[in-house]
Amino acid sequence: MDRKVIFKGRALPMLLLLPQLAVTLVFFIWPAAMAVWQSLLQQDAFGLSTEFVGLDNFAEVVADPAWRGAAANTAVFASSVAVLALGVALFLAVQADKAIRGQRFYRTMLIWPYAVAPAISAVLWLFLFHPSIGLIGRALNAAGVMWDYQLNGNQAMLLVIIASAWKQVSYNFIFFLAGLQGIPKSVLEAAAIDGARPLRRFWTVVFPLLSPTTFFLLVVNLVYAFFDTFGVIHALTRGGPGKATETLIYKVYVDGVDNLNLGSSAAQSVLLMLFVIALTMVQFRFVERRVHY
Amino acid sequence: MATLNLSAVTKSFGASTVLHGIDLNVADGEMIVIVGASGCGKSTLLRIVAGLETPTTGHVAIGGREVTRLEPADRDIAMVFQNYALYPHMTVAQNMAYGLRIRGTPKDEIARRVAETAGLLGIGPLLGRKPRELSGGQRQRVAMGRAIIREPKLFLFDEPLSNLDAKLRVQMRGEIRRLQQRLGVTSLYVTHDQVEAMTLGDRLVVMHQGRAAQVASPMEVWARPADTYVAGFIGSPAMNLLGGTLAEGGAAVQLKAGPLLRFPDGPRAGGDGRPVTVGVRPEHMLRDGEALVTVALDLVEPLGSETVLHGTLASGEVLTARLPGMVPAVGSAMPLAIPAEALHVFDAESGRRLDA
Ligand SMILES: Nc1ncnc2c1ncn2[C@@H]1O[C@H](COP(=O)(O)OP(=O)(O)OP(=O)(O)O)[C@@H](O)[C@H]1O
Ligand SMILES: [Mg+2]
Repeated sequence: MDRKVIFKGRALPMLLLLPQLAVTLVFFIWPAAMAVWQSLLQQDAFGLSTEFVGLDNFAEVVADPAWRGAAANTAVFASSVAVLALGVALFLAVQADKAIRGQRFYRTMLIWPYAVAPAISAVLWLFLFHPSIGLIGRALNAAGVMWDYQLNGNQAMLLVIIASAWKQVSYNFIFFLAGLQGIPKSVLEAAAIDGARPLRRFWTVVFPLLSPTTFFLLVVNLVYAFFDTFGVIHALTRGGPGKATETLIYKVYVDGVDNLNLGSSAAQSVLLMLFVIALTMVQFRFVERRVHY
Repeated sequence: MATLNLSAVTKSFGASTVLHGIDLNVADGEMIVIVGASGCGKSTLLRIVAGLETPTTGHVAIGGREVTRLEPADRDIAMVFQNYALYPHMTVAQNMAYGLRIRGTPKDEIARRVAETAGLLGIGPLLGRKPRELSGGQRQRVAMGRAIIREPKLFLFDEPLSNLDAKLRVQMRGEIRRLQQRLGVTSLYVTHDQVEAMTLGDRLVVMHQGRAAQVASPMEVWARPADTYVAGFIGSPAMNLLGGTLAEGGAAVQLKAGPLLRFPDGPRAGGDGRPVTVGVRPEHMLRDGEALVTVALDLVEPLGSETVLHGTLASGEVLTARLPGMVPAVGSAMPLAIPAEALHVFDAESGRRLDA
C-alpha cells in the first residue's frame, strides 16, 4: 500500500504542521534546551550570581551519594513497577482472551485506572493502605502485621510500587489483549494436538509470539516509572520516610524546587533524558530485528 | 496405526445443531475422505475427532479406546490445517521437532527423525528457515512433516490443499496419497473438492447438512448414489435430475419431459403414478436412441475432445449433456436420447435411491 496525499505547493503542508511543531517547540524542545543550558551553570546560594561551570554539575551529581541512593531506589522501583504491571496485565489479558464474551467488560473496567489522575489514584491507595484509616492498612495491623508505610521504608516502597503499577495495568492490558488476539487460534490448536498442555503452550508459543509487544511495553513502563510517577510518590510518601522512596525524578523536583539548586537539578534531568533516549533507541533496534511475522 | 469409531456423534452450538448423529467405522490404515458443501459440518466432525471440540452426544474411539472426553494431547493424533498453522517464531526444524520435544524424545533421536522426515518430503534445505520465509507449497510440506514425524495413530487433514494453486494441488494430492499408503496411517481427509475426494479416498463420506448422506467407495458413490443430493454433488457436470411418475406397474417411468422409459434391471416398488426423480449423468446422454427428448440449447461449450451442451426441455427442466467429439451447432434445438440402462431412480419426496 503506497497511498500518499499529495499537496500542491508548500504553504498548506507547512500551515498544517505548524501547530504540532509549535507545541513540540514550546513544551518539549525549549524546556529541554533550557535544562541543558541550566545544567552547565551554577548559581550561588542567594541566586545573585551565575557562572558557567561546564560539566561540573554532572560530576558533582554522579559523585553525590544521595543521587546514587535515588538511582538505586529508581532501579528497584522502576523494575518492580514494570514487572508487576506487565505481569498483572498479561494475566488479566490471558483470562479475558479466554472468556471472549467478558472481553468488553474487562476492557471497560481495566481502562479506568488509566483515566484517573495520579493524585486521585494516590489518594485512593492512601485510603486503602493508611495504617489508621485505610481499609487494608487497618486489617493488616489487626492481623498482627506491623504496617505503617510512614515509618517503614520498605513498606513505603511497596506501596508506591503497587500504586504506580496499578495505573499502568490497563494500558498494558489493552496491548497484551490485542497481541493475544493476533495469535491465530489454529496455531494454539496445533500446539495442543502436538501434545502441549495449556501452561506449556503459553510459555512455548504464546509468550514468544507476544515478545515484541512485551518488549515494547517494558520500555514504555520503564519510561513511565522513571518520569510519570512523580505525582503518585508526591501524594503518597513525598519521597520518604527518610529518602526511602526518593527516585531520580523526585530528586530533580526536590533539588530544583525545594532546595533551589537549579544547576544540579538540571544536570539530573539531563541525565534522565539521556537514559530515556538510550532506552528508546534500544527499543527501535530491537523491534526492527525481532518481528516474527 | 489404529481404527477409528464414531457412534451417534452429534454437535450443537447453542440452539443450532450442526451434526445430527454421525456413525463411522474406519479400518486400520484406511483413508476416509469427508466431502460436502461449505457449512455442512466437515470441520466440526474432524475437530471432534481431534479433541478440539467435544461432541454434544455420542462417542469417539481411537484404536478401540474411548477418547470422547480426552484432550487432544492424549489422543496421539496429528492434524494438518488449511492455513498450515505453523509456529511463526520457530524454524522449520523446530516446528517439526516441537511435538517430539514435548514428549521428551531424546535430542539425538529428534535430530535423526527431523532429518529423515525432511528427506522424505524434500525440505532438507529449508530446515533453518522461519515459516514466513517459505512459499505456500513449502509451508504445506512442513505442516505435513510436523504431522508425520510423530508417527501418530491418526492423521487428520482439514482442506490442506485449498490454499495452493491448481498445479501444486494436483502434485501434493498425489504425494499425500503416496505418503499415506507408505506409512499406512489411518486418515481422515476433509475437502470440498470432489476430484480430491474421488482420487484420495478408500471410502468417501458425503455429508449433507450435518448427516452422512452416503458412506461408500468412490466408485460406488459415483455409480450408485444413495440420494439425489449425492447424485448431484458427485460428478461434473452434475447429474441431470428429471421429474416423472412410475408406469406399467413400476416397470417403467413416464418422464414429464415426454418419453416413457422401461427399467432394464426390473420394476421399482410402488404402483403406477408414484412420483419419482430420475437421474442421468450428462456423459451418458446419447445423440441417438429410443427415448428422445428435444433440448432447446442455451449454451454449447466445445472442449476439444468433447462438447458440453446446456439446454431446456419441453417440461421446463434443465438438461446438460456431455458428448464425445465436436457437435455441430445445428440451430437452437436438437434431439438427444436418454439411455434406460444409465438411469438412477430416486423417490421424489425423500430423495432416497429406489433399487429394483
Ligand atoms: N464455534 C462455533 N460456534 C457456532 N457455530 C459454529 C461453530 N463452529 C462451526 N459452527 C457452525 O457449524 C456449521 C458447520 O461448520 P463447519 O466449520 O464444520 O463447516 P465445514 O463443513 O467445515 O465448512 P467449510 O467447507 O466452509 O469449511 C456452520 O454453520 C458453522 O457456522
Ligand atoms: Mg471447514
